[in-house]
Formats: sequence, C-alpha cells, structure tokens
Amino acid sequence: MEFWITQTFNGISFGALLFLLAGGLSLIFGMMRIVNMTHGSYYLLGGYVGLTVIWRTGHFALAILAGALAIAIIGVAEWNAFLKRLGGQELGQVLTTMGFALIFQDLALIIWGGDPYTIPVPTALSGAYRIGELYFPVYRVFIIAVAAVVALILWLVLERTRVGATIRATVDDPEMARGVGINVHGISMVVFALGALLAAVAGVVAGGFVGVYPGADFEILPYAFVVVIVGGMGSLKGALIGSLLVGLLDNFGKALFPELSYFTLFAPMAAILAVRPTGLYGRT
Amino acid sequence: MRLARFYEQPLMAIIVFLLLIAPPPFVSSFLLTLLTQALIYAILAMSLDIILGYTGLASLGHAAYFGLGAYSVGILATRYGAGFGVALPVGILVAVLVAAIFGLVALRATGVYFLMITLALGMVVWGLAHRWVTMTQGDNGISAIPRPDLGLPWSLTFSIPFYYFTLAGFLIAFSILRMIVRSPFGQTLVGIRESESRMRTLGYHVWLHKYIGFVIAGGFGGFAGVLWAYYNGFVSPVDLQLATSVEVLLMVALGGRGTLVGPALGAGIIVLLKNLVSVYTHRWLLILGAVYILTIVYAPEGILGAIKRRPKEMKTKAIGVPGLPEEEI
Repeated sequence: MEFWITQTFNGISFGALLFLLAGGLSLIFGMMRIVNMTHGSYYLLGGYVGLTVIWRTGHFALAILAGALAIAIIGVAEWNAFLKRLGGQELGQVLTTMGFALIFQDLALIIWGGDPYTIPVPTALSGAYRIGELYFPVYRVFIIAVAAVVALILWLVLERTRVGATIRATVDDPEMARGVGINVHGISMVVFALGALLAAVAGVVAGGFVGVYPGADFEILPYAFVVVIVGGMGSLKGALIGSLLVGLLDNFGKALFPELSYFTLFAPMAAILAVRPTGLYGRT
Repeated sequence: MRLARFYEQPLMAIIVFLLLIAPPPFVSSFLLTLLTQALIYAILAMSLDIILGYTGLASLGHAAYFGLGAYSVGILATRYGAGFGVALPVGILVAVLVAAIFGLVALRATGVYFLMITLALGMVVWGLAHRWVTMTQGDNGISAIPRPDLGLPWSLTFSIPFYYFTLAGFLIAFSILRMIVRSPFGQTLVGIRESESRMRTLGYHVWLHKYIGFVIAGGFGGFAGVLWAYYNGFVSPVDLQLATSVEVLLMVALGGRGTLVGPALGAGIIVLLKNLVSVYTHRWLLILGAVYILTIVYAPEGILGAIKRRPKEMKTKAIGVPGLPEEEI
C-alpha cells in the first residue's frame, strides 16, 4: 500500500512537471503544426539561466522569472527568423529546429561546462510533509501546485477571455480565423513565446530536484512529444491528462519493470495511436 | 532534362564507380574507415528516401531499423557465435518484421502525425536497447563483435578488404533500390506523393503500396545496420537514438530527396564533415547545427535539387513563355 501511494504521488509530481513542459508545446503543435525539436533546449537553457540568477542573487522566484523571460525572447527570435516561413514543411521544421537544438546544446556546454548542478531550493520548500508512515517532499507538492495554477490560468485565459477565443479559433481553422480579421501572425507569436516560457519554467523547477546537466534537453524531449501525441495536439485537456498518464506510466514502469521501463511508456502510447491516430483529445 | 540528369549517364556512372573502387591503396586508413562508414550510412539514407523522398512521408524513427539489424548481429555473433550466413538474413528479417508491425500503426496517419508516431515507435526500440540490459547490455552496448569470416583469401579484419566488402553491399543495395524505384511499383509511390486522391481514383490500393514501401525501407535500414555492427564491432543505444534518426533525415534532405544518388551523397558529406571537423575542433556540434539550418535555408531541395533547377531556369528563359509558371514548362 505504502509503495502504491508513494509511487502514485511521484508519478503525479513528474506528470505535473511534464504538463509545464508540454502544455505550451501542445498549443504550438495544434496552432502552427510546427514540430519543434528545440523545446527540450528551452527546458535546459531555462534551467541554466535560473541557476546563474540564483547564484548571483539567491532569489528563487527571480530565477524562475528570469529564466522564463530569457527563453521566451530566444523562442520568439527563433520563430520570427526561421520557423514562421516553414509552415506545412515538416521536414524543414524538424531539421531547422534540430540544428538549433544542437547549437544550443553546444553553447550551454561552452557557457556552463559539463558538470551537473542542482538549483538550491528555498528552505520553505525543502523537507517533507509526514502523514503517518508516509513522507511527501514539500518540493514535489510545490511542483504539483505550480502546475495546477498554470493549468487553471491557461484554462481561464483560453476559455474565458477574448484572446483565448482567438487562439482557439486559430487552432481550429487558421484560414478562417485570418478571414474574419484575427491577427494570426501575432497570436502565433504569443503562443510560441508562451510555450517556450513554460518550458523554461519547467527547466528551473526541475533543476531543484533532478538538477541541470548536459543532455537533459534530449532526455526530456521525447517525454514532451509523447504527452502531446497521447493527449492530442492543441488540446489543453489532452495535455493535462496526457502528462498525468505519462508521469504515472513512467514511474510505475521504472519501479515495477525496470528492464522494460521505456517500453512500458512508449508501447501503450503506440497502442493509443493505433486506435486514435490523433491522440485522446486531438482533432484532425 | 538530359543535362539535368547528368549523374545518370553511363559515363558518369563509370567515373563514380572508378572513384569508389580506386581509393583504398591511395588514402590513409583513417580516411578509408570513414569512406566505409559513409557507404553504410548511404545505404541507410537511400532506404529512408524510399518513404521520405519517393512516397512523401517523413519518418522520425528510421534509426530503429538500423539498430534492429545491428543489435541482431551483435547478439547473435557475441552470444551464439553465429556467422555472417545466419546473422545477415536474421538481421534483415527482424527489421522487416518490426517494420511490418510498425507500418500498421504508423500508416494510419500522415504529415505531422506520421512524424510523431514514427518517433514514438522508434523510441520503443530505443527504450528496449537502453533498458533491457540482460539482452542488450544497456548503455554499455555490445562490444567485441567479430568481423565476418566469408572464407575468402582476404581477412575482413583489415580495412581494405572490409571496404570492398561494404562497397559490394552498397552496390547491391543501390541496384535493388534503383530497380524498385524505376519499376511500375516505384512509380506508384511517386504518384502517391504527388496526389494520393488521384491515385486512389485511378484504382490503386494506396495504403498497400505505402505499406510495402515502408517495409522495404525498414528492410534495407536493417541491412545497413548489419553492416554497421560488423564495421564498428560495437552497438549501443546511440545508434538508434532520436538524434541519429534526424541525422539520416538531414543526409537525405542535404543530398536531394526523391533520388538515390542524393541521399548517398548527403551521407558521404555528413560522415566526412562530422569526423574531419571533430579532428580540428571540439565545437563540431555548432557546425553540424549550422549545417542543418543552412541546408533548409539555402538548399531546401538538396544539392541535386539545386543542380537540377539551374538548367530548368535557363530553359525557361530561352523559351520565354510569358505567364506560365516555371513548373509547367
């Protein structure tokens, strides 16, 4: 029993991290159909920028903010200079964003070196809650809370505001949206920035418990893709359910069948796709 | 058009053949191993082009078949002492079977979704290589795979005989693939790329044609993997990771999609570039990244595509039909 509760908790907290990472990616996919291999790099660079800020200032909240803003700017620049004219060319998108991913990987290695670091967590977030025999690390609860707040804000913005309505309209039918006078270009830029920003937040937050290290970008990227594939592109609900599913599958897979852990993650996904090629909540 | 296809002319073929067969005695052994590596990747890139260039489906998991072929050899040769006569057919068969299963799932989708599904399926195989330690030895990989013993007077442990061995494999793969793409079946693949609905209207079983193309590509990917295991003597999850799949895509895109010569050329350029640049600088990832981006910005149709277009443009000017787009002349 103890095992199941602890593992479920760990799975949910990893799922929360994945939601931060993949929520924006899903919107980018759904809206612009851009396959972005740089998304893992945003996560890694966000973590590194956060690390530097926390070394200089010692301020955790400031680290998250600085990482998020810096990466949002990088993302928008990349999108404006290269990606926006590659609409509909999947091969071009994959190769261009892969090029950027390699460049960012090498730049990170030049600037921050090859050593793994952990972002120091404020004392208020360290330690663990104890319920009976079970321990729940405060930091993991914090991650779940952050993801819940972000999910709530995204949902409110998407469903309850004018900007959200234009985003949903653009996801559904970009041509029609342009036809009724929506600035699709501007909206796309905002969504791309948002996706990069959230990935960077995930990077800083993850720096507090798995650390920041070279290779984290390509390690996390497949997870982000899997979440988007399972949930369906462009669906916030899909991203949320996909994240939890992937977080739990990954955690239980690693705990129960260590030899087949990646298989237990990717095989159910392939099975879902066999039944629903557009993911659980995706539309064609 | 004749001019554009200069690389298909008999004289050109003879020159290329001589260039492939001549180097061993004259180049350093380092360069020779690189050329061997380039030939193996050329087979992999050509196999990917069957679905990418000819059929128009971008796969992000093609390294999986390469890895399946390589791991089959690695496991059979080191654990069961199997020879080339067993390892080669098994390696190809495993890749074909897995492609036959994956194709059922992947071909339900097109475009971005096809890309994502092939990525996920590729990760399934990678995950097994990475974690199924009792079978694959995980991240340590399988090492000390012996070179095949074909009973020839030349031992394949030396680099010159192994180069010719690989060259023979390359030429066989090239000939068969060339036969396939020039056959009526190959032409239907191009038809599907250009207009799936039209092919369907004409009465072709579009799905079946795509499926057969997908499986053929997987099989030749497996063949390249078999050669790779023997060449490298070592197989690890790196051989089938996502970055490798993308690199093969780059080879095809750089050389020119929808041809066989293009991907082979692209494979040669990338293999040589990667290895030669890393001799001089540690910053080769920066350079490789720039190659990715520059390819898409300056040669979106690849090197052969850029060469092909030039005579066409001259022709357009010469005829000078006003108001007609270039493609229709």
